Amino acid sequence: MKKFYRVLKELLLLITALFFLSPIYIIIVNSFKNRQELYENVLAPPTEFSFQYYIEAMDKMNFLNALANSLYITIISVLIIVVLSSMTAWMLARTDNKLSKIIFMVFIATMLIPFQTLMMPLMQFMSTITNSLHIPMINTREGLIFMHIGFSTSISVFLYHGFVKSIPITLEEAATIDGASKFGVFWRIIFPILKPITVTVMILNVINIWNDYLLPSLTLTDKGLRTIPLSTFYFFGQFTIQWNLAMAGLMLTIIPVVIFYVLAQKHIIKGIGEGAVK
Amino acid sequence: MQNKNNKGWYLLFTAPLTIIFLTVVVIPFVIGIYYSFFKWDGIAANPKVFVGFDNFIQLFGDSRFLTSTWKTTLFTILAVISVNIVGLVFALLVTSKLKIANAARTMVFMPYLIGGLILGYIWQFIFLDVFTLIGELTGMDHFFFNWLIDKDFALYALVFVFTWQMAGYIMIIYIAGIQSIPQDVMEAAMIDGASWWQKLKNITFPLLMPAFTISLFLTLSSAFKIYDVNLSLTGGGPANSTEMFAMNIYNEIFGYGNYGYGQAKAIIFFLIVAAITLTQVYITKKREVEL
Repeated sequence: MKKFYRVLKELLLLITALFFLSPIYIIIVNSFKNRQELYENVLAPPTEFSFQYYIEAMDKMNFLNALANSLYITIISVLIIVVLSSMTAWMLARTDNKLSKIIFMVFIATMLIPFQTLMMPLMQFMSTITNSLHIPMINTREGLIFMHIGFSTSISVFLYHGFVKSIPITLEEAATIDGASKFGVFWRIIFPILKPITVTVMILNVINIWNDYLLPSLTLTDKGLRTIPLSTFYFFGQFTIQWNLAMAGLMLTIIPVVIFYVLAQKHIIKGIGEGAVK
Repeated sequence: MQNKNNKGWYLLFTAPLTIIFLTVVVIPFVIGIYYSFFKWDGIAANPKVFVGFDNFIQLFGDSRFLTSTWKTTLFTILAVISVNIVGLVFALLVTSKLKIANAARTMVFMPYLIGGLILGYIWQFIFLDVFTLIGELTGMDHFFFNWLIDKDFALYALVFVFTWQMAGYIMIIYIAGIQSIPQDVMEAAMIDGASWWQKLKNITFPLLMPAFTISLFLTLSSAFKIYDVNLSLTGGGPANSTEMFAMNIYNEIFGYGNYGYGQAKAIIFFLIVAAITLTQVYITKKREVEL
């Protein structure tokens, strides 16, 4: 009897988990169907596997270009965020003065500001910089990267700061006595110790930046600069929706995420857990 | 010499990020407060007219805004309850020693990685075609129909999709909380003959309070700020019935071109978000059990 309950529990969990992924099934099967087949039965598997709609969707979404833009923006942003926020957090945690406390407090307090409160004045300020200082902040990938770095500062510094506090200071002191510069101490001794939290910071930022829609939609106007969420949005806005084509398009946008998940699954789940608990 | 050197290092390490942060977050925030006292259509050549607190007063008579506030509150309450229940139930299931537990955890977490915009489009199709098909097949067409064309059900659709997106994430937090409960407490309870429900109520839940604080904080603020799913799933429709707070602000500023008035809404939005999250953290922190 006990064994029966066990099997039942296993089955129930399996069914609910599968139900959770059922939308993915629906996208996949319908991305291979033609229009008529799709409307006959949306739940049935396709009768033939042709990648025709994938090719068409790729072309209409300018997918490869969008993928390149998304990769470029996400990777460069995350690398700079890791370098700058770990350095800043370490210095703030190790320099016990008023200025450090004030900077850190401002970082934390601004976490409460929603993006919608900043978006309009931010765009005004960025156009002012573009027009008066001739630094192209608007409508460039680099300008967007700059803004992504700014928005992820609070959470990244906060995570690093907490971790640095848990590292014994004696390590650094020994190295300083041996004559190493601050730069050397940080990169040779501290940064390797920070590795677990670096993984967390990277994963949180990859997810946020990769999926961000609103900021890029306000910053980037050129078609050629569109990221994946942007090109998906325009793809859906452009035509009266052809659902089979749309499903192929959505599948394309999900594939990179699935690859990322498969490659880094352990780190992602651990990183998310740690990032949230701190 | 040493001191001067240290100052140099301090600057080198902290200045770049602090400057970026000031330019992207702090300065726009201050400019935003300034703009909220003006009437302006966003065109640089047109004058900004100082109106004092008029924008803020106008808010109280703006029925579209008040409806949006009410809908956002309703959505937030439903979403917080539903995400936390689903997340907690899954966390309890995958930490019990089932063979399928790991695979289930992986599957349930998956939707969180797909962006809200894309999730919204996926579910738009499901409500449109799959729900209607199930309705036809089962005859339960008072429940399985296109939720997105009904004023009330469109809001439930948002709650549903938001839950689908966030439950896996919240589950991970509860898992971490459950795993940090010391085994000996559980064993002692078992020896004393505590039932499954007693253990859950008297040990697991009180010791889960820290995880509960975090989960509530995260779901509250992200539900209240929902935008991407809102945009792609309902677009605010039908007839503005699901225009959430964030979308209302966006439309006011960039849609209707009321930059000053929209910014006043954005400032109020900030104050509400700050008040909710601070209160919530304060209350739940007080109830956490020290081990």
